[in-house]
Amino acid sequence: MNAPNKSGWKPEMQVSEDGLHNGPSTTTGNRALMLEEPLIFEIGHPETTGVDLPEIDPDAPNRLGGFDRSDPIGLVGLTEPETVRHYTRLSRQNYGIDLGFFPLGSCTMKHNPRLNEKVARLPGFADIHPLAPQQSVQGALQVIHELGDWLMKLTGMPGVAMSPKAGAHGELCGILAIRAAHTARGDARQVVLVPESAHGTNPATAAFAGYKVEDIPATPEGRVDLEAIKARLAPDVAAVMITNPNTCGLFEKDFREIADAVHAVGGYVYCDGANFNAIVGRVRPGDLGVDAMHINLHKTFSTPHGGGGPGSGPVVFSEALKDFAPLPVVRKTADDSYELVEEEGRKHRGQSFGRMTAFHGQMGMFTRALTYMLSHGADGLKQVAEDAVLNANYVLRSLEDILHAPFADSGPCMHEALFGDKDFGGGLSTLDLAKALIDEGYHPMTVYFPLVVHGAMLVEPTETESKASIDQFITAFRSVTERALAGDESMKQAPYYAPRRRLDETQAARKPKLAWQDPEPSA
Amino acid sequence: MRYLPLTDTDRADMLAKIGANLIDDLFVDVPAVAQLDGPIRELPMHASEMAVERHMKARANKNLAAGDAPFFLGAGAYRHHVPASVDTVIQRGEFLTAYTPYQPEIAQGTLQMLFEFQSQVARLYGCAVANASMYDGSTACWEAVAMAGRVTRCHRAVLSGALHPHYSQVVKTMAQFTGDTIADAMPAIQTEPDNAGLISRIDDDTACVVVQYPDILGRIPDLTELADAAHAKGALLVVVNTEPVALGAIKSPGEMGADIVVGEGQSIGVGLQFGGPYLGLFAVRDPKHVRQMPGRLCGETTDAEGKRGFVLTLSTREQHIRREKATSNICTNSGLCALAFNVHMTLLGEKGLRELAAENHRLACIAADRLEKIPGVSLLNSAFFNEFTLQLGGNPAREVVRSLADLGVLGGVSLDRLYPGVAGLEDALLVAVTETTTEEDIETLAKELEGVLS
Amino acid sequence: MPRYFTDEHEWIDVEGETATVGITDYAQEQLGDIVFVELPDVGAMVDKGGEAAVVESVKAASDVYAPITGEVTETNSSLEDEPALVNTSPEEEGWFFRLTISDTGELEGLMDDKGYKTFVDSL
Repeated sequence: MNAPNKSGWKPEMQVSEDGLHNGPSTTTGNRALMLEEPLIFEIGHPETTGVDLPEIDPDAPNRLGGFDRSDPIGLVGLTEPETVRHYTRLSRQNYGIDLGFFPLGSCTMKHNPRLNEKVARLPGFADIHPLAPQQSVQGALQVIHELGDWLMKLTGMPGVAMSPKAGAHGELCGILAIRAAHTARGDARQVVLVPESAHGTNPATAAFAGYKVEDIPATPEGRVDLEAIKARLAPDVAAVMITNPNTCGLFEKDFREIADAVHAVGGYVYCDGANFNAIVGRVRPGDLGVDAMHINLHKTFSTPHGGGGPGSGPVVFSEALKDFAPLPVVRKTADDSYELVEEEGRKHRGQSFGRMTAFHGQMGMFTRALTYMLSHGADGLKQVAEDAVLNANYVLRSLEDILHAPFADSGPCMHEALFGDKDFGGGLSTLDLAKALIDEGYHPMTVYFPLVVHGAMLVEPTETESKASIDQFITAFRSVTERALAGDESMKQAPYYAPRRRLDETQAARKPKLAWQDPEPSA
Repeated sequence: MRYLPLTDTDRADMLAKIGANLIDDLFVDVPAVAQLDGPIRELPMHASEMAVERHMKARANKNLAAGDAPFFLGAGAYRHHVPASVDTVIQRGEFLTAYTPYQPEIAQGTLQMLFEFQSQVARLYGCAVANASMYDGSTACWEAVAMAGRVTRCHRAVLSGALHPHYSQVVKTMAQFTGDTIADAMPAIQTEPDNAGLISRIDDDTACVVVQYPDILGRIPDLTELADAAHAKGALLVVVNTEPVALGAIKSPGEMGADIVVGEGQSIGVGLQFGGPYLGLFAVRDPKHVRQMPGRLCGETTDAEGKRGFVLTLSTREQHIRREKATSNICTNSGLCALAFNVHMTLLGEKGLRELAAENHRLACIAADRLEKIPGVSLLNSAFFNEFTLQLGGNPAREVVRSLADLGVLGGVSLDRLYPGVAGLEDALLVAVTETTTEEDIETLAKELEGVLS
Repeated sequence: MPRYFTDEHEWIDVEGETATVGITDYAQEQLGDIVFVELPDVGAMVDKGGEAAVVESVKAASDVYAPITGEVTETNSSLEDEPALVNTSPEEEGWFFRLTISDTGELEGLMDDKGYKTFVDSL
């Protein structure tokens, strides 16, 4: 067994029967480095500000057309020291990759290199306007073109759309291109097939694009049922949307055969590229018959998740779909300069389904992703995929003896290992195990996804964890699993040591409080 | 490789534990047709931090940064001074490298920030509830149109001709697939916004009227009469704002009767960044519409010890639960941009925002007065905040902008860039002025513009 | 007053030409804490087996189907402020909506109290 921590120090924290920390309570509610922090509305003031601006001249010219805002807005301000402290204190109530192991399956919480941040902040990238004359932003257009070129080469696909703002926006981009391609040939297909293990965005996207969504069952080994797809394929099927590697962490080995069958009935193949990080540099989706695939730059290419965004979701296209891609696009011209083609009507490529967003996409993510790609190179990216897959298989084989691993016999996993909550005692659930892991100092894995496994736990270590770090996690995971199997009731109250205990989500949803309300003035 | 901690010894030990001989054994399920025999040849090999920085810097240096030239571009993206502490906060690893706060016990930092952000946006917009942000203003605009359809069960949206054309295009792109009818128009080049024309297009099947405030030409439409006209036909008024700083000076859309207020939050904290990532803002005036809203919402609750805490809530509206019945397929917000907005707005406060708005307006008035004096140039607007439209007496504004750029002046956005080839708009130039503009910059633009036009 | 049950766990009370619909105790138990109920519009026509209402817990949204065809005449407005009634009194105070009965023949395929109990025990 591996030492839980190499220093040998163990916090001798006792928990009393009521689940509270021992020790006297404090006047402030703080516990040394664990500091409570009020809302800005409780500590700020309308007359306080942290910026120095000229005072308002009441006699200055006013050309606001009589629409002056005379009532209070209701905002409060803090000075700079108060502001920095407020957010520093808040930040310490957050778990992040920088703090520890973050094995959130399907979300790919890998290290975010700081060179990316430095490059994105160069004034030549951060301080340029999207509508600046093109002659003044040639370097920026070059970066978009260069990144697109990397994405096409890494995927073996001949077209790319750079403007989608996130993965789900990229999915929409791909499905809209598929719809446009069918429409262009007068084909009004109605159905999109989606495996039941898919991300929720897949059916939501297809439904948005006006398609009827039909589920495809999985095989007992955790893959899409090839025979079921073949049986369902008909001229009314516009597309299939398949995640590969899939959300059970397995490579869809029949993908090429599925793609050929879909193409044979005139449909298109959408690949959800959320898990591209498992195969980047080693497998090109274009070789598998994919027609469109989005790439989450914040997963595979290390741009920060930022507490829930911003993402970036470029889409690569096959020859059949590339002319339907949205505007704008960046083109390299004969004289080696770069041109942004953004206009509908003039210089239009003819078949584009239109514009999906103002401006040209997530430039701040492009600079970061390209920096990451250049750092790794073709050889390094291949190693990224291999180490990610190696780490996940290591986790799978280190836990399958103790934890239900429904697809352990389906061959090697890809970048993530999937477990279920079978045999947990005392009415304990996956949620309880997750919360106990928080007390052990880990961000929990993805829970209750995919839906096809009861009490699913999806563990994705990524390639940026050391063996020592993974070993320590396995040790912790085994211990909480043993407690869950033994029905350890104390887990139902976990976490004990986080900034907050379990939160009452029912109360939050029944009586939503979604904005600060000023307290009634006391009489 | 500096980002990969495994050593070759580790790899060998781990393969042994797994029971595999080679890493290739873990990729056996990949069909032979897709197996590559080595690193992709058309791409370069790995590079040092120094080499990569050099490569990227060479590209950055080819761009003319806004801060290095007299700069007057707006049209949906504005250059404002962002206090240094904003970037310090958003680069803290606990914010930068956190995920969506699905485990609230260890994500109170992000959640409390989102609650503060929602509260700030709601107040700025004069609304009851704002969500935790969308991708950007244009996609938020579409989401508002879609939401109005759900609320009214009508499927026709009437767009103002003075709505940012990119926003109109996004709405039209999406509507092609949902079957909604979009009635749009070209901007009328006139001093006052064409409210009467907009009102005349509202009918009984109209789900919403979408109007920009201030509009694409910088004019300030009277929202009250638009709200009354929309409501009389059972439609919602959707107001789009692309310059939140303006709302430190002019009435909020909510107080003038807007039902849904959406916009671009980039001006506060985010920076220009060549168009993204930006920050979509989305709010509703009436809390009863909350369950039809798209996107994440953060709400207040208590934990098991009775302490106040925050969680993502009302998530049954969203794709990961509703799947094909969700209010939107959106799966992220613009978390880090929302944080930047939240920090910058906290630094400003009510006093700072009002002073910032006043300074923008003061300088814009100076610029308008100065530029109007150039022979052949006329000012279209009677009212504006920090952006206005100049007519260049028949000269093609797009060519003028290019000529100014050759002279090192980023002089504005031509309407022809936004509405390519549309007759009657070719000589119009949008000029934006913010607190970052100096009076010397204005003088430089005036002189160079005069030179280019003569 | 006869009460019928569906295999989608709705109950329906028939009184003359009007019927009252709600979800069963078993259903509320499965859903957990109910946080919101979306009710149909009064005057709406609902079809037997069609979606008529939505009941939401924190993590799930479930459709409630109309047990029979009819026009909605009344909805339980107290659920708007107190969705928890579905948990505390699912088969009385937590009723969802009332509707006119278009075709009494549609009641024939439904289960009675005993039949529903047997059905639930078999799950």
